[in-house]
Amino acid sequence: MSTEGLTTSAYIKHHLQNLTCSFQEGYFHCAHTAEEAKAMGFWAINMDTILVSLLLGLMFLFIFSRVAKNISTGVPSGMQNFVEWVVEFIDSSVRGSFNGRSALVAPLALSIFAWIFLMNLMDLVPIDYISLITQPLGIGHFKLVPTTDPNATIGMAIGVFLLVLFYSIKVKGLGGFVGELTLQPFGKFGLPVNLFLEGVNLIAKPVSLALRLFGNMYAGEMIFILIAIMGASWMSFSFASTLLFSSQVILSLGWAIFHILIVTLQAFIFMTLTIVYLDMAHQEHH
Amino acid sequence: MNINATLIGQTIMFALFVWFCMKFVWPPIMAALDARSKRIADGLAAAERGKNDLALAAKRSTELLREAKEKVAEVIALGDKRASEIVEEAKAQAKIEGERIVTAAKAEIEQEIFRAKEQLRTQVSAIALAGAGKILGREIDAKAHNDLLDKLVAEI
Repeated sequence: MSTEGLTTSAYIKHHLQNLTCSFQEGYFHCAHTAEEAKAMGFWAINMDTILVSLLLGLMFLFIFSRVAKNISTGVPSGMQNFVEWVVEFIDSSVRGSFNGRSALVAPLALSIFAWIFLMNLMDLVPIDYISLITQPLGIGHFKLVPTTDPNATIGMAIGVFLLVLFYSIKVKGLGGFVGELTLQPFGKFGLPVNLFLEGVNLIAKPVSLALRLFGNMYAGEMIFILIAIMGASWMSFSFASTLLFSSQVILSLGWAIFHILIVTLQAFIFMTLTIVYLDMAHQEHH
Repeated sequence: MNINATLIGQTIMFALFVWFCMKFVWPPIMAALDARSKRIADGLAAAERGKNDLALAAKRSTELLREAKEKVAEVIALGDKRASEIVEEAKAQAKIEGERIVTAAKAEIEQEIFRAKEQLRTQVSAIALAGAGKILGREIDAKAHNDLLDKLVAEI
């Protein structure tokens, strides 16, 4: 679906462009092109990412806290049943991977799983539908899937990384944590090598968390865009056009069904790795 | 696809969501789940107890039934015994009564016979007197011969 004169590469670029806004010269201004967005530098905000992720997070918390408020210990029904199912699933995952006792890890895992799942799920909304809302409002770019914006995934990974640092220092003490970074695997004489290896090991945790999620969702979104282009090349009732169009229908259906798996799997992987990292932070291994 | 302040916003949002979840979502749900599993465990234990109680009650009831049957048999035996005793007693009494009736009847009969004999005697004496009178051809003075007649009557 594209308007006349819009080239394929412009279409792709359009769909990969966030709604980047910043205060410039006293008023709130949103970038129209990728170059403009880049020129805004670090102190700009991707409004679409923030808005969608905020709404989804609030939706999750609203539903779950409403159930939690009116929860009954009798026979559960409806929404409570679903919420309990999710909570029990998360709880068993945490019990399986996390050996310590912590009031934080399980709710953290639930928040991560539910939030990422909902954000990833936005990928199943057909990519051009959102412009039906945003275009009349005069908003040029709007990416509906926050996890295809590295800012969202890196933001979460930083949160997890800070928790890993916090618990490492809390459980092992500052000395223990520094010792873990510098005194192994080669003893105190191999200190620079140790620091390099363990440093990479430590930094790799948030980087892998953020980039795995971002990469998977970005690639998935990219394929949705490419599939959408097939239908956009509709010209007439010729054989080639019809074939392309029906290919889009079949392929987008297939990819969407496959994506249901990816959406859940990526949320689950992020959650499980977070639990494992926090478990490692709680354990002394010498 | 630029790294910008969205990153900070997302991190703050993430922290707030986790905090909210940890404060208001997770604890009540887990508490409810624990309470329910405790209730289920209690219920199962109660069911087990109930089953045991039922088995005990069944055992006790058969025992009671057996006891009751024994008692009933005892009572019946006692009743039978008493009944036969009563019958025996009645028989004995009936025998005595019968004998008494028979003796009374016999006595009455004897009395009756005696009375009849007495009557006969007087009548026979009268006949004899009349016969004798006729034979003698004259009236015997009854008054004069009363002593004689009485003697005769006594002899008969």
